[in-house]
Amino acid sequence: MLKQIEGSHAVAEAVALCRPEVICAYPISPQTHIVEGLGEMVKSGEIKQCEFLNVESEFAAMSVAIGSSAAGARTYTATASQGLLFMVEAVYNASGLGLPIVMTVANRAIGAPINIWNDHSDSMSQRDCGWIQIFAETNQEAADLHIQAFKLAEELSLPVMVCMDGFILTHAYERVDIPTQAQVDAFLPPYSPRQVLDPANPVSIGAMVGPEAFSEVRYLAHAKQMQALELIPKISREFQEIFGRESGGLVRPYMLDDAETVVVALGSVLGTIKDTIDEMRADGISIGVLGINSFRPFPISAVRRALSHAKRIVVLEKSLAVGIGGIVATDVRLALDGLDQRIYTVVAGLGGRNITRGSLHRVFRMAMHDQLEPLHFLDLDWGVVNRELDRERTTRRSGPIAENILRDVGTASRQSV
Amino acid sequence: MGFQPIKFYQTGTFTVGNRLLPPEQRSVQADMQRSNALNSGHRACQGCGEALGARYAIDAAMRATGNQLIAVNATGCLEVFSTPYPETSWQLPWIHSLFGNAAAVATGVAAANKIRAQKEGQAESQTRVIAQGGDGGTTDIGFGCLSGMFERNDDVLYICYDNQAYMNTGVQRSSATPPAARTATTMPVGPEPGNVFGQGKNVPLIAMAHGIPYVATATVADLRDLEYKVKKAMGMRGARYIHIFVPCPLGWGSASHDTIKLARLAKETGLFPVFEAEYGEVTNVSKIRQKMAVEEYLRPQRRFAHLFGKSPKLDVIARFQHIADQNIYKFGLLGEDKATVGYYGVESV
Amino acid sequence: MFQVRIHGRGGQGVVTGAEMLSIAAFLEGRFAQAFPSFGSERTGAPVVAFCRIADKEIRLREPVVEPDALIIQDPTLLHQIDVFSGLSESGYVVLNTNRSFEELGLGAITQKYRRERLITVSATELAIKHVGRAVPNVPLLGAFAAVSGLISIDSVAAAIREKFSGKVAEGNVAAATEAYNTAKAAMELAHA
Repeated sequence: MLKQIEGSHAVAEAVALCRPEVICAYPISPQTHIVEGLGEMVKSGEIKQCEFLNVESEFAAMSVAIGSSAAGARTYTATASQGLLFMVEAVYNASGLGLPIVMTVANRAIGAPINIWNDHSDSMSQRDCGWIQIFAETNQEAADLHIQAFKLAEELSLPVMVCMDGFILTHAYERVDIPTQAQVDAFLPPYSPRQVLDPANPVSIGAMVGPEAFSEVRYLAHAKQMQALELIPKISREFQEIFGRESGGLVRPYMLDDAETVVVALGSVLGTIKDTIDEMRADGISIGVLGINSFRPFPISAVRRALSHAKRIVVLEKSLAVGIGGIVATDVRLALDGLDQRIYTVVAGLGGRNITRGSLHRVFRMAMHDQLEPLHFLDLDWGVVNRELDRERTTRRSGPIAENILRDVGTASRQSV
Repeated sequence: MGFQPIKFYQTGTFTVGNRLLPPEQRSVQADMQRSNALNSGHRACQGCGEALGARYAIDAAMRATGNQLIAVNATGCLEVFSTPYPETSWQLPWIHSLFGNAAAVATGVAAANKIRAQKEGQAESQTRVIAQGGDGGTTDIGFGCLSGMFERNDDVLYICYDNQAYMNTGVQRSSATPPAARTATTMPVGPEPGNVFGQGKNVPLIAMAHGIPYVATATVADLRDLEYKVKKAMGMRGARYIHIFVPCPLGWGSASHDTIKLARLAKETGLFPVFEAEYGEVTNVSKIRQKMAVEEYLRPQRRFAHLFGKSPKLDVIARFQHIADQNIYKFGLLGEDKATVGYYGVESV
Repeated sequence: MFQVRIHGRGGQGVVTGAEMLSIAAFLEGRFAQAFPSFGSERTGAPVVAFCRIADKEIRLREPVVEPDALIIQDPTLLHQIDVFSGLSESGYVVLNTNRSFEELGLGAITQKYRRERLITVSATELAIKHVGRAVPNVPLLGAFAAVSGLISIDSVAAAIREKFSGKVAEGNVAAATEAYNTAKAAMELAHA
């Protein structure tokens, strides 16, 4: 059913259709509306036979999820930013134990300085944690991916993180086709666990493993995730058969066929990039974009196939690996190993900085003319940066950087009035 | 089988041999059909109080639930010695997740059990859950999750095996370590040797402050009492907490054969009050049968060795005695006195 | 694509206004996207929300920097922030005030933009009258429907009923309708 609906609520409705059995909630912006919606649906009886738990921290949220999933319940939670970091130990534990929990990450920056706005730092910090990570481009896809995520998680017995841009998607009202219960039931069978805490058949889960077998256990975690490279497209096709629309998959090409310059990106910024590319195409520029839907496992072959004909690649990412540069870009480089292409990293949209068509036009054109430095920070205010660098060179007690910058920016804006 | 003479095991307490009792009053451990939930072959030290406590507690809970039981274990000695790769001693469904989250994992198990029961048309789940951990996993790193589980009144029995320090990592101080005790991080050096006075937290009283249905303390010296409390706890729903005093020969520097004796002395000195509480009120205390001086308890433990020797630290020993006397007064551990304890103001070691 | 920017203060229903506008457009079969400026604004602080309306899927995620219409929920903002920033010369302005543009010192605005596309409405008073609360977002949507002709008042009413129920919904519908009618009358007067 078509609805004009907030992204968070669309996700809540999609999760509800998956017949979750245990939902753990702890508030953190910008995911709160999702669990609020689910909490109301459980309390009103719209979601039947489901336990909704208000826990005392994200660490507890993931820990409760571990317990309920291990005891055989289809389990869901959501978090973001500091919350994801606060639960990290349990995040690794859930994947190490092979528990098919589905979690939304409403992507948000990580402090300090504290920042509630969108970027991908939180999910990216967990790229090696053993969870499958899939990114949504629109709210329709966010809703759809949750339905696919339960199937994917439960088939592999691995947890899945559905990443959607905080605020930009979670708080946006747009048109979403909410499936029917019959459709979801036809697509997603009841949870049949590979391992379960059952008094009729006692097992020990989470026993210590020494050097004798730890490598083998870890290898199996890798091997299982690599199976997702086959399963994700398969599930996406099955989804299309039942729901009649394309959602998910490993990568999504747009205007790639003859593109000399190809942008690579994840998440909602793909929309703005596509609009920019349409405008540039109208100007006769040969450019396209590759959206990466599955970041973990990273679809090395699919990325290589899609990008091998391009002359240059611009990886535009909302994350920064301090001390080296791009995170997505590093993986893209690996996929393109041995090919003779220029690869640019553009770090953009950190902490909610708007990514506008104007800025994209500029940076893509710079790349087209190979005038871009290998690591570029979109719309960086060099005045502010240089003032602080100067201050640190000249003053021992230069003070807190964030406060200094706020003062500089404030002074500048007062002068401009 | 020939005639077997009845023996009366008079061991200084009311402990009595099972063979003197009618079968229905005999302990779980006396039953050949006991579940042996924590099976032999594990790697606990000789004289391990925690292994003893866990076996009694889990077997009692198994009997109380008709073996419909799931255990969640915090990281720690119990977890490590019971599941040495590639073996497990556990004869019940058991999960170990992390050091600080056993209570929350148990909440998740209880939630899943509840939903499964609903789907099977039952009013409440017949499968129950116990979370267990040491004092570090309970009073320190797992305290947030524990308090959350209490506050929500989740249907979990949490058992803390309190051996008063982080034994698994090599005897470091926890918030359950008694004053003056030597640990690897409170060495008996300097002007105030060992752990300092005036710190630490009393989790049984904090548990009571949550108003949960049942809180009890027990020791491995009175195993019938321990079984009784576990059985009672499993007969109730909601959040329940049992704090079991379990001597650790390795960490305390005590003889392996003194584990039971030290546990008994902790109770008989008044240093570890043994009681039950329901909904925040003390309902029963185990009276001291024969009051002992704290010295009797402290002296056999090398962690307190710096208090004795050529020049005994009589002032420090007196502070211990004061703690014991306060407990005796507040809990009414002697004679006909009634407990006056609320949630606060009681120290124990 | 038609882009609307709504300025107001926390507590005035700015974000809800944008959402209802998007619902109204959706109900007319169009694509619409509404989103706030994502601050942690508290009651009373300046808030911005956006709404895009189009006949095909809206992919753009940047904030509205060149609006086709402005809805200004609080005239006290006029002297604090540049609410008119980026407004196209053919743009619409719907302002919540019981005074005129000239009285507010906005004579220059009336010169710069097309006079018939600028409208004032006593939205706060209408809200208090019909809903009992000083939340001007809904009457402003009624006036916007009148001045822009982009959405029908029936769609606005339907959107209101999606967001609210019972007496609150009906009060808001009445407020929107009165604002719509008043704006229509004022426009006819100006034409005559």
